[in-house]
Amino acid sequence: MPDREETTVRLPPDDDVIAALRAGDEATFAALLDTWSRGMLRVARSYVSTRESAEEVVQDTWLAVINGIDDFEGRSSLKTWIFRILVNTAMKRGARESRTVPWSSAFAPDVEPDGGHAPSSRAYDAFAPFPAGKAPAAARTAPEREVLASEAREQIALALADLPVRQRSVIVLRDVEGCTSEEVCEILEISPANQRVLLHRARTAVRRRLEDYFETAQRSAK
Amino acid sequence: MKRFSCGELVELVTAYLDEALPAAERKGFDDHLSCCSSCSDHVARYRATIDVLGDLPPEKPLSPATRDHLLTAFRRSRRA
Repeated sequence: MPDREETTVRLPPDDDVIAALRAGDEATFAALLDTWSRGMLRVARSYVSTRESAEEVVQDTWLAVINGIDDFEGRSSLKTWIFRILVNTAMKRGARESRTVPWSSAFAPDVEPDGGHAPSSRAYDAFAPFPAGKAPAAARTAPEREVLASEAREQIALALADLPVRQRSVIVLRDVEGCTSEEVCEILEISPANQRVLLHRARTAVRRRLEDYFETAQRSAK
Repeated sequence: MKRFSCGELVELVTAYLDEALPAAERKGFDDHLSCCSSCSDHVARYRATIDVLGDLPPEKPLSPATRDHLLTAFRRSRRA
């Protein structure tokens, strides 16, 4: 499937986008869809257990945007307004879902095959330093880096699934999706202090899981 | 300048990384890091955790059916 999304294309300023949407400019609406939907799907999956549910949540959100754009007052940015609708929609749906699907397997994101690249070695050095006397971590082979990367991602998916939902939504918005702390506070309607506490706890839990995993992996490799 | 114990540092990591610590506290934090390898490892692991989170591959895009449905809905909504 061709990749329609041009993540490097910047959207015009909010005022221009809003005016274009109100004027019925389809290209602008399509650009918003293509720029934000994947992030919206990921955030929705913080609350609902399947990709199918997440897609319905995102669809409902966009429909609400279409219906609400004329009345949008611009008190927040367009993005935080849309994500706030998304979060509220996802929360309601998440609350209604029966929990028959085990969260940890359900939460694994439905990602692009071979999507992404292995993060810099620096990330893994912190958890899996090269044994003393061996070459510096930069000399890890590409396959070694890929294995580390995929193991780390799996552990992250498990760690995220185990978090309380409020911690999970903060860490997904901040660290996975790259929202600023101001945006997160607007989207989730929480204070900066509260946001920081939730983020701290979430990062601590994920960090611990990575530490435990790599420590165990290293021990069994010896 | 504020001096920190290792235990206090752990609690302040997130604020530190967000550059939300007041200047005096930030300096105290940096000074502690420069002479405490276990805290410096600890902060490195936080940064590494954030890096790995930020590098997760993106979700697959909306299905073509959903995308088309939304474009149609948009088109119809502006017709009135």
